[in-house]
Amino acid sequence: MTGVDALLLGLGAVAVGAALLVVTTRQVVRAGLWLVVTLGAVAGLYLVLAAELLAWVQVLLYVGAVVVLLLFAVMLTRAPIGVSRDLDRPGWPALLVGAGSGFGLAALLADVYRWSTVDFAPAGNAERVGADIFRTWVLPFEVLSVLLLAALVGAIVVSRPEIGGRR
Amino acid sequence: MHPTIPFVTAALLFGIGVYGVLRRRNAILVLMAVELMLNAVNLLLVAAGGLTGQVFALFVIVIAAAEVGVGLAIVLQLYRLRDTISVDTVPLSDPAPDPVVPVEAEALR
Repeated sequence: MTGVDALLLGLGAVAVGAALLVVTTRQVVRAGLWLVVTLGAVAGLYLVLAAELLAWVQVLLYVGAVVVLLLFAVMLTRAPIGVSRDLDRPGWPALLVGAGSGFGLAALLADVYRWSTVDFAPAGNAERVGADIFRTWVLPFEVLSVLLLAALVGAIVVSRPEIGGRR
Repeated sequence: MHPTIPFVTAALLFGIGVYGVLRRRNAILVLMAVELMLNAVNLLLVAAGGLTGQVFALFVIVIAAAEVGVGLAIVLQLYRLRDTISVDTVPLSDPAPDPVVPVEAEALR
């Protein structure tokens, strides 16, 4: 048990605990704020795993953009501020499937890797990741830019007021 | 480094995300649970895949951003049409309750 393992354990516990609160809290806004904690802890895990570029992209895009978008949606749909009782549907099937997949995958991975150790990959800074993207993965990168354009156009088309808008 | 620790963390995060998607009724909370699942996959990619895994995690983050943009546009449109974003009140087959009558048809009456 080295310092790195302790950091991984601590940040992982924070991420899992905050994620549990995201899916169980009864207040919509607090779910968004617990999501910030989860995503921040995952960014910390990326830093410990020597993926620095990815950690900062996570902070910028997830904690910055995605959570802000989600909170904007909470605001625009006039979600109730405070405790609301009707957020959940009765959930034994959900508990069964969620716990089954989570613990099943955890047991599978723990069984495969036991308590083995691996060396760190070289740190994923912007230079190395950029070289890897633009030497090896250029085509997926370009396809992704087309995907982003399609998503942009799609979001604009879907949210035009005249589509089905009666009020 | 023991790779078991981030792997088990990712598996638990994924299970929590599955639970949230199935349990929550509010469409925005469902999207948050989807984000949890995508993050679990990203964590697995970074912990296992070295530099290539990081590149693919970057791609997944971009896809997640696009998904959230389109998803929230759909959620807002749903709210404008039906005044609710509860996913189990969305009818899957029947049309909207009072369809809009085109202006020409209105004038012919």
